[in-house]
Amino acid sequence: MSKIQKDLRYTKEHEWAREDGGDWVIGVTDYAQGELGDVVYVELPEAGRVVAEGDTFGTIEAVKTVSDLFAPVAGTVTAVNTAIKDDPSSVNRDPYGDGWLIKIKPSGAPAALLDASAYANLIGQSL
Amino acid sequence: MSERDCVPLSTPFIDDHKTAGAKLVDFAGWLMPIQYKGILEEHQRVRTNVGLFDVSHMGEISVTGPDAEKFLDHLLPCDIRGMDVGKVVYTPMCLPSGGIVDDLLVYKRANDYLLVVNASNATKDFEWIRSQASGDVAVENESPVWAQLAVQGPKAEAVFRGHVSDEALTLPYYRFTELDLWAVPSIFSRTGYTGEDGFEIYFHPQHAKWMWEKILAVGAPFGIGPVGLGARDTLRLEVNYCLYGNDIDATTSPLEAGLQWTVRLEKGDFIGRDALLQQKAEGLRRRLVAFEMITERSIPRHGSELASGASKVGEVTSGTHSPTLKKGIGMGYVATEHSKIGTALTLRQRGTEAAAQIVKKPFYTHGTRKA
Repeated sequence: MSKIQKDLRYTKEHEWAREDGGDWVIGVTDYAQGELGDVVYVELPEAGRVVAEGDTFGTIEAVKTVSDLFAPVAGTVTAVNTAIKDDPSSVNRDPYGDGWLIKIKPSGAPAALLDASAYANLIGQSL
Repeated sequence: MSERDCVPLSTPFIDDHKTAGAKLVDFAGWLMPIQYKGILEEHQRVRTNVGLFDVSHMGEISVTGPDAEKFLDHLLPCDIRGMDVGKVVYTPMCLPSGGIVDDLLVYKRANDYLLVVNASNATKDFEWIRSQASGDVAVENESPVWAQLAVQGPKAEAVFRGHVSDEALTLPYYRFTELDLWAVPSIFSRTGYTGEDGFEIYFHPQHAKWMWEKILAVGAPFGIGPVGLGARDTLRLEVNYCLYGNDIDATTSPLEAGLQWTVRLEKGDFIGRDALLQQKAEGLRRRLVAFEMITERSIPRHGSELASGASKVGEVTSGTHSPTLKKGIGMGYVATEHSKIGTALTLRQRGTEAAAQIVKKPFYTHGTRKA
C-alpha cells in the first residue's frame, strides 16, 4: 500500500501539490517513487523559470527507467530543492517531506487537481 | 490467445517472494520479483556479500539418445564432442542465417545433456530443437520439473561450507556436480550471471520452500538476502553479459555480439556456420560495443541513438546507471568503423544529446568470478 496524505492535492501524473504561504510545493507521490524504484538523478529547473500547467519541468532518472515531471499549476518557479542533487534517494525515502522538488508561485487558480480520495481511486486504493 | 494475454505463470517461490515484500512484475510471461528492498541495495549485496535469486523461470530441455552428441554438435556452434560429464558450456544457438535463436547453458550429465534456456524463449527453443532433431535422439521439455536458485557473491562459497563436500565447494568455474543438498537431489553448478563467484542450484519444485528457507538461514551470517531481476540486470550489464531480446536476437550474429569465443567455426558443419563464415570473410558491418557516459547524470536507455557527429552510427541495446561505477553505462551495436575503444559517441535520447565513449569490456573488472 502506498502512502497518501489527506491534506495534499494530486495529479493523474502522480505528483502532489500543497499550498504553502501563497506558493505551491510540488513533489511526486509515494506510489510514483515505488513504481520508479531507486532514484539516481533528478533534473530540476532553475528558480525563476515560468511554467504552464502540464509543462515538463524536469525528469526523474531511476535505475531502470526515466520519467518526466509535469507542472500541476502554471506559474513561476520560486524555489528548488537543491539537496536532492546530493541525495536523490530522499525522493524514495520521504516523497512528501525531504523529497519535495520545487515551489511554484501560481499565476492563476490551479485547475483540475485531485483530492486524496480521488487519487486513491486512481491508484486502486482506498483512503 | 497469445502468451501475452495469459495470466502470468508463477515459480514455486511465489509465496516466499510475497512474504519477503517483493514487487512482482510480469517478465516473459512469469510473475517475478523485480526487487525486494531496492535495486541499489540488492546490487551492492551481491558485489560485497551474497544474494539469493529465484531463476526458476528459466527453461530446461533434455536431449538424450545414442545420437545426442552428434545432433547437438550440429545444432550448436560450441564444442560438444568429447565433453566431460560435469562440464557446463555457454553457447548461442543459431539459425541458418547466423542469427541467434537463444543463448543457453549445456550441462553434460551422465545420461543426457540438459540445456538451460531463457524463459522468454523456452517454447520457441523446444520447438526449434525438436524440428532440427535427427537420428536416435529424444528431446524433452523438463522445465516443469526443475526449480532453480542462484546464490551469487564473494561469500557464496562460505554459505555452503559444511553443507556440501569439499569437492563440490571447490568446483572450478563452469563445472557442476549432482548431490543431495539437505536431502534434496540437486544439480550444484559453479555458474552465474553476475560476474561474482557463485552457484546455480537445480532441484524439483516440490522442495522449493525448504531450499529457499534453508539457504536464507545458512546464509544469514554472511549477509545473504533475496535479490530481484532489477539488480540481476544491473549486475550482468556491469560485466557485459548479453541479455537475449536486448543485446542479441534473431537479427544479430554471435560474431557481431562479441561471442566469437563461443563459436568453433573450424569444428565442421553446424547450423549457421556458412553464414558466419561468410560474415567473417566479408568483415563485420557492426559490433556490440561497451560505452560509458562522459556527460554526468546521463543514463543511456534501450533503443536510443548513438551518433558520430551528425550521423547515426548505432543504437543502444542495454543501458543503465551502474551502481558500482556510479555512472551511466550501456552496450549497443555500432558500425565497425566507429567501434574502436576510445571512440567518442553522442547519445541522443529524449530530445537531448550527451557525450559517451567506447570502453574496453567489461565495465567492472573486480568481480570474484573464477576465471
